[in-house]
Amino acid sequence: MSRPSDHIDSPVPAPRDGVIQPKLGPIGYVRYFWRQLTSMRTALFLLLLLAVAAVPGSVFPQRSSDPNGVTQYFSNNPSAAPTLDKLQLFDVYTSAWFSAIYLLLFISLIGCVIPRTIHHAKALASPPPKTPARLERLGAFSAFEIEADASGPALTAASAVDSGRAVLRKAGYRVRMFDGRGPDGPELSVSAERGYLRETGNLVFHFSLIGILLAVGIGGGVGYTGQKVLVVGQAFANVRLTFDAFTKGRFFSDSDLQPYRIRLDKFAVKYEESNRNALGQPIDYTADVTTFDAAGKATPAVVKVNDPLRLGGNDIYLLGNGYAPWVTVKNPAGKIVYSEPVPFLAQDANLTSLGIIKVPDGLASQVGMRAFFYPTAGPPDANGVLGSVYPDLRNPVLSLVVFTGDLGIDKGVPKSVYVLNTDKMTPLAGPGAADGTTALRLKPGESAQIPRGLGSITFENKAPDSEKADLSQSVQRFVSFDVHRDPTQGWVLFFAICVLAGLLTSLFIPRRRLWIKVVELTDGRMRIEYAGLARGEDPTLEAAVSAVAQRHSQQLGLKLNL
Amino acid sequence: MTSAALASYSLTAIYSAMGVYLFAFIAFTLDLAKRSAETPVAAISAPARVGLMSRVGGTAVLNRVPIAPSAPARRSNRFERAAFALTILGWALHVVGTVLRGIAAHRVPWANMFEFSLTASAIIVGVFIAVQAWQNLLFLGAYITGFSLIVLGFGTVGFYVNVVPLPPALQSYWLVIHVFVATLGTAFFAIGAGLSLVQLIQARREAKQFSGLKFLDTMPDAEKLETLAYRVIVVGFVFWTFTLMAGAIWAAHAWGRYWGWDTKEVWTFIIWTIFAGYIHARATRGWRGSRSAYLAIVGFAAVMFNFTIVNLFFKGLHAYSGL
Ligand code: HEM
Repeated sequence: MSRPSDHIDSPVPAPRDGVIQPKLGPIGYVRYFWRQLTSMRTALFLLLLLAVAAVPGSVFPQRSSDPNGVTQYFSNNPSAAPTLDKLQLFDVYTSAWFSAIYLLLFISLIGCVIPRTIHHAKALASPPPKTPARLERLGAFSAFEIEADASGPALTAASAVDSGRAVLRKAGYRVRMFDGRGPDGPELSVSAERGYLRETGNLVFHFSLIGILLAVGIGGGVGYTGQKVLVVGQAFANVRLTFDAFTKGRFFSDSDLQPYRIRLDKFAVKYEESNRNALGQPIDYTADVTTFDAAGKATPAVVKVNDPLRLGGNDIYLLGNGYAPWVTVKNPAGKIVYSEPVPFLAQDANLTSLGIIKVPDGLASQVGMRAFFYPTAGPPDANGVLGSVYPDLRNPVLSLVVFTGDLGIDKGVPKSVYVLNTDKMTPLAGPGAADGTTALRLKPGESAQIPRGLGSITFENKAPDSEKADLSQSVQRFVSFDVHRDPTQGWVLFFAICVLAGLLTSLFIPRRRLWIKVVELTDGRMRIEYAGLARGEDPTLEAAVSAVAQRHSQQLGLKLNL
Repeated sequence: MTSAALASYSLTAIYSAMGVYLFAFIAFTLDLAKRSAETPVAAISAPARVGLMSRVGGTAVLNRVPIAPSAPARRSNRFERAAFALTILGWALHVVGTVLRGIAAHRVPWANMFEFSLTASAIIVGVFIAVQAWQNLLFLGAYITGFSLIVLGFGTVGFYVNVVPLPPALQSYWLVIHVFVATLGTAFFAIGAGLSLVQLIQARREAKQFSGLKFLDTMPDAEKLETLAYRVIVVGFVFWTFTLMAGAIWAAHAWGRYWGWDTKEVWTFIIWTIFAGYIHARATRGWRGSRSAYLAIVGFAAVMFNFTIVNLFFKGLHAYSGL
């Protein structure tokens, strides 16, 4: 079968003790090395090594899936983290050592399947092998003797073996006839083989693994992923610079971006309201959007979790959401210096949210605010600290800790919009404020003065026309969309299906050889022998041999007593 | 009936099932003890079968050649039969409890760890009962009922959660397919690991490393156990392969990428790779036998680790334990 030499079905190599090994030349070494690499033992070893090597990636946070976790790990373990980082333990799946293992495994795989494919192609073209002289030595064997018999239609060895051939062909075997002479008399036999599909399936399986690896690799090279936060009412164009975050493959070029635009029209969240065990648990998110193609044609669409929008070769996913309180800051003269919705990050299930507001220009000095938003503020605790008790807008409160000084953003170094560095700032309101001014607390529509006469701040009510008590629409939400392009995704799926199909055929299609031999005994009797030989795992060999014997005897008009 | 009432009936059924399983477990253990007193079954070697043919309607007289006597089947003892009956009864209650939980929640009962322990153990016992039609594997009864008792015990005591609606990411038909097939795979791996374990013990005994545990005489020999384990495990492997793929497809819908090395994905991959290793080991000279049996056990241990430690203590997107 041209399997690796240490495959269980390969012949055991002759022991070599005592024999002095000939010295290997360079080619000999290469061949020896290649033999080792493509042996079953190496494949097994590399497979197990791959399993072990994948473990650390689940223990340490990974940059690819959990970048914040990595940052946190660095601050929690400042001494160990850099060493771990050198060992690429935060990038396990792209690390040199992990890649080395799977690349070796796949080289071994290719070295293993190519000779097997050639061998298999030859086997497909060649007829079944000669019938063994002594069938009774095989695992599954039965023999029946028939006496010479005057009544009934003549039963000759030739007709018996012919009908055996027909039975086997019907059962999907490839057949070949032989005639010869055995110890007991002239023999006619049919040699049959089936189950080439088993090996085909195995090869398809292994080749499809290579296919998956290639498709994944190519997809990573030409695809891209972008994230965009949109507040209700905002739109974005599919241009690289408009994304908040953008990662691209090595072979990506900007011209791969399809020109389209998306506007977020409405975002609805449904909360559980009746089940007491799950009050306030979100049960549905629906984003209504309008898409515009290059020509500006508008089409309405819906994006939901588990239900991405396909547009211009991209998949657009609804991944995160939260509140975006709209804050307006005016200078003492009443001129607006800042007015925009600020996406806040949710901190808990009731959407207590944290946001940062930076006002670099327009006031006497720079102002930064660290703000907490409570969609449904509960009563303050003993320390006067607020908390949200429900995720929807029932009693929205915005609480702002105000700082002034140097925001540290003038040098043009990009700073995260979610971080406020207060090293060079003084608190004006909230903890640490010199005059004991507490944090500013605003409800939608309310304003407050910024201490030291710097100006004023307003928490806008975005639905001022609703009834007074109804604040359910007063604060807008934002949605974060992920935009992906992965042109080889379909190929990955295709190969995955081939893997499964190959696996099923290779595990469950038996491969076996069967023989029917008719021996004309000297006294006019006839002996019919049935035998089978499994190639690989074949739990049903015996049953198959007796089924063939049954069918054959029926054809011959004989009754078989097993 | 209200959802809360249904959920409490469900729990009652589960507790009853656990009670019955406990008795089944005891009976299976007694069965093992009883087996020690039995006379060993003669080793069965595949006899070359020689039969006879007769011509229908003719005078055919056939040469009769003796047929090798087949080994006498072992007679099951009282405890074994009682234990199996109890297992079926316990399983019926178990299924009722699990189904009621699903009705109470208006969805499939496998959306959090508690429900998953109910369903997974129900499927394990169900598969165990079903395979008896193919092979008598009742000697694994103590292992299977004991295992299910532990799973149900942890499930009801440690992981119980009230019925709550599904978060949006779980609202998908993939929940039905992906998780169910994973559970099926787990069931086959569990039985395979049990067989491999007995195989290891049997192999030592055959190598005359010890002579106790006489009940092992009533069980198949190590080679036969290995073949049985292999057949069960490859079925599990096919289910697991499907789980991996279905999970990737679901992840592509819900998280925007089909593979992201999330902790749970990592462990599903590790398990898959270990069992691929197992299948290779069986085809590698020098690895068939005890070594591949160890791999089957390690693989199943990884499945359990994935379900318990990874769910509870590892961080990742699959934060659906409900705890
Ligand atoms: C990416 C790495 C590999 C994986 C995941 C893998 C997986 C599998 C699986 C699941 C099977 C059983 C199903 C079937 O028969 O099709 C199998 C069988 C087999 N594999 Fe691999 N394989 C890998 C690499 C290799 C390599 C490198 C070799 C050669 C050295 C190899 C040789 C074989 C052989 C000969 C069989 C048939 C086993 C038998 O006769 O029962 N595989 N492989």
